[in-house]
Amino acid sequence: METAPKETTNATILLMGLRRGGKSSICKVVFHNMQPLDTLYLESTTKPISEQFSSLIDLSVMELPGQLNYFEPTYDSERLFASVGALVYVIDSQDEYLNALTNLSMIIEYAYKVNPKIHIEVLIHKIDGLSEDYRIDAQRDIMQRTGDELLDLGLEGVQVSFYLTSIFDHSIYEAFSRIVQKLVPELPSLENMLDNLVAHSCIDKVFLFDVNSKIYVATDSSPVDIQTYEVCAEFIDITIDLDDLYVDGDGREAKSSEIRSTSYLANGSVLYLKQMIRGLALVALIRSDTENEKMDELLTVIDHNVGLFKKSLMKMWASAKFQTQD
Amino acid sequence: MSQSSRKKLLLMGRSGSGKSSMRSIIFSNYSAFDTRRLGATIDVEHSHLRFLGNMTLNLWDCGGQDVFMDNYFTSQKDHIFKMVQVLIHVFDVESKSINKDIEIFVRALTNLQKFSPDAKIFVLLHKMDLVQIDKREELFAIMMEKLQKISNPFQFKLVGFSTSIWDESLYKAWSSIVCSLIPNMSLFNSNLLKFNQVLDAEEIILFEKSTFLVISSTASIQKQLQKQHASELAGSTESLDPKRFEKISNIIKTYKQSISKLRTNFQNLVIRGSNGSHFYIDVLTDNLFIMIVLKDKSSQESCQTTREDFVILDNIKAARRWFEKIESGK
Repeated sequence: METAPKETTNATILLMGLRRGGKSSICKVVFHNMQPLDTLYLESTTKPISEQFSSLIDLSVMELPGQLNYFEPTYDSERLFASVGALVYVIDSQDEYLNALTNLSMIIEYAYKVNPKIHIEVLIHKIDGLSEDYRIDAQRDIMQRTGDELLDLGLEGVQVSFYLTSIFDHSIYEAFSRIVQKLVPELPSLENMLDNLVAHSCIDKVFLFDVNSKIYVATDSSPVDIQTYEVCAEFIDITIDLDDLYVDGDGREAKSSEIRSTSYLANGSVLYLKQMIRGLALVALIRSDTENEKMDELLTVIDHNVGLFKKSLMKMWASAKFQTQD
Repeated sequence: MSQSSRKKLLLMGRSGSGKSSMRSIIFSNYSAFDTRRLGATIDVEHSHLRFLGNMTLNLWDCGGQDVFMDNYFTSQKDHIFKMVQVLIHVFDVESKSINKDIEIFVRALTNLQKFSPDAKIFVLLHKMDLVQIDKREELFAIMMEKLQKISNPFQFKLVGFSTSIWDESLYKAWSSIVCSLIPNMSLFNSNLLKFNQVLDAEEIILFEKSTFLVISSTASIQKQLQKQHASELAGSTESLDPKRFEKISNIIKTYKQSISKLRTNFQNLVIRGSNGSHFYIDVLTDNLFIMIVLKDKSSQESCQTTREDFVILDNIKAARRWFEKIESGK
C-alpha cells in the first residue's frame, strides 16, 4: 500500500462548470474509453467524483456537480481549491454562455485568492456543432468577456488559457494533454530528453503517451500536428488490440516483455512504438528522407537510443519518488 | 476466364434495412458512423469491384422501396435475375412487417429459381445490435428456421448470418460470401499450409487487400480437415478468440484509415507482443495481405534482434512468387 502524501498530490485537476456542460462526458471519454455517442445517456452527476490515475504522475481528476453552490458555508471549498493544481472550467458553447462566464469569474476570484499558483483552464466545449467561422467568433467573445470581468474584479494578472474542444474529435485529448503537461514538474527535462532523441535518430515527431487515456505527457519541441497525433494515438490502439487477441485466456498478468511495434508506410516513413514504464508508451514517426536500405540500420540505432531514453526515464522517476518521500 | 470471373451479386431487402450501409463499409471505407449520411438508393446502384485481381464483383444494390421492388419482380425481372451468382438478402431485425419482408424474399426466390437456379443464397439478419445480447441467438435461430422452411420448395440452401455495422460480424458474413466465389480456394489453402510448414507459425491469415476480408487461414483449414477426418484427435482446440479474424479485419481497416490521414498507405506492421507472440502483417501480392503470428515456444529470455524480423519478412517475400502464380489463375 502506498500512502498518498497529501501535499505532493498537487496534480489534481478540478473539473467545474454549469450543469449539462459536458463534464462527465469528458471524463468518461478521456479516461474510460467510452464511445462519445454513449455519453448521451449519462445521468446527471450529483456528488463530487474523484478518480485516480497512475501515469508518469499520479493524476487525480475531481468532477464537481454543476448545480452545486460552492459558496455555501457548509462546503469546504477553501481546502478544495488549495489542494488542486489546475481548475478546468467547461463552457457549453452551444448554449447561452453569459451565465457561465459570470460563474467562472466568481470561481476564479475565489480560487485565486485561496491558491494563487492554480492553473486556470477554460474549455469552450461542444464546438462540434458550430461552423468554423463561428468557433473563432465564440472564442474571441468568451476571451474578451472573461478578460473584462476579471478586470472589473481587479484580477488582471491571472493567466487563463482557452481551448476549443469537442469529444467527437481529438481536440479534447489535445487540450487535456496540455493541461496535464503543466502539472508535470519534470516536463522541461523530459522535453529536453525527447529533443535529444529526435536530434540523433532522424525522428520527425515523438510523443510520450499514456496508453490508457491517449493523453501525451510530453513531446519534443517541434509543433504538434494534430494529424500526426491522431495517427500515433490510433497506432497504440491497434498495437494493443492485436496483441490482446493472441493472449491465452488467463495469461493476463504474465505480460513479460515490453511491446514494440514498427510499421513501414508507403511513403517511406516508419511508425515506431515502444512500451515505457508506468503505462507509458513512446510513439515516433520516423522521417523518410534517408534511403530505404538504411532504414533497417536506422531502426537499430533508434532501438538503442530509445533504450537509453527509457533508462533515464526510470532514473528520473525513481528520483522524483525519492523527493516526494522526503 | 473473363466470363467466369465476373460475378453478379444481388443485394436485396426492404428499404431501410441497411443494404447500402453494408456496401459502403465493406467496399468504400466508410466508418459505421458515416453511413448516416447515406440516403435512399434509387432503383439499382451498380458497383464494379475488382477483387483478388482477376475477379470482378458486380454488386447490384437494389433500392428497397416498394415502387422499385414491384418493378424488379415484374417488368425488369429477366434483367435483374439473370446470371446471378449470389443473392444477399438483408432482413431488418427490427422490422414491423415481417410478413411483407418474407413475401418479398419469396418473390425473389421464385424469380431466381426461374432465371438462375444455381445461385447461392445468403441471408443476413441485420441491425442485430438493436436486440438484447441474450436474445440474439434465439431470435436468429427462429428466423433462420422459418426462412429455411420457406425456401425449401425452391431447393435453395440458405446460409445465414446475424450482422451489425457496429461490430465485426459484418466482416465475418461478407468474408464468407466473397470466399464462396473464389474458384481456386484449395490451391490457396494447400500453399498456405506449405508455407506454414516452413515457418511453423501459430497462425497465418490471408486477407484481401482493399476490403481486408479474410480469404483463408491456417486455423480454418485445419478445422475443415478435422471435419473430414472426424476421428482424428481434436487436440488443438484453441483457446483463442473465435471472432479474432473479423476483429483483425476491423482493426487493420481502422489502421488503414488512420494512416490515410498522413496521405499514404501502410506497407507492413511488425509487432513484438507482450507475451512472446510476434505479429507480421505484410503485403503478399498485389491483392493480398498476409498476417503471421509466431509464438515463442521456448520460454527462455531470447535475445532476438531485429534480424529475426527480417528473416520472416524475407520469407514472406519468397512466398510472394507462389501466391502470385495462384492468383494469376495458373
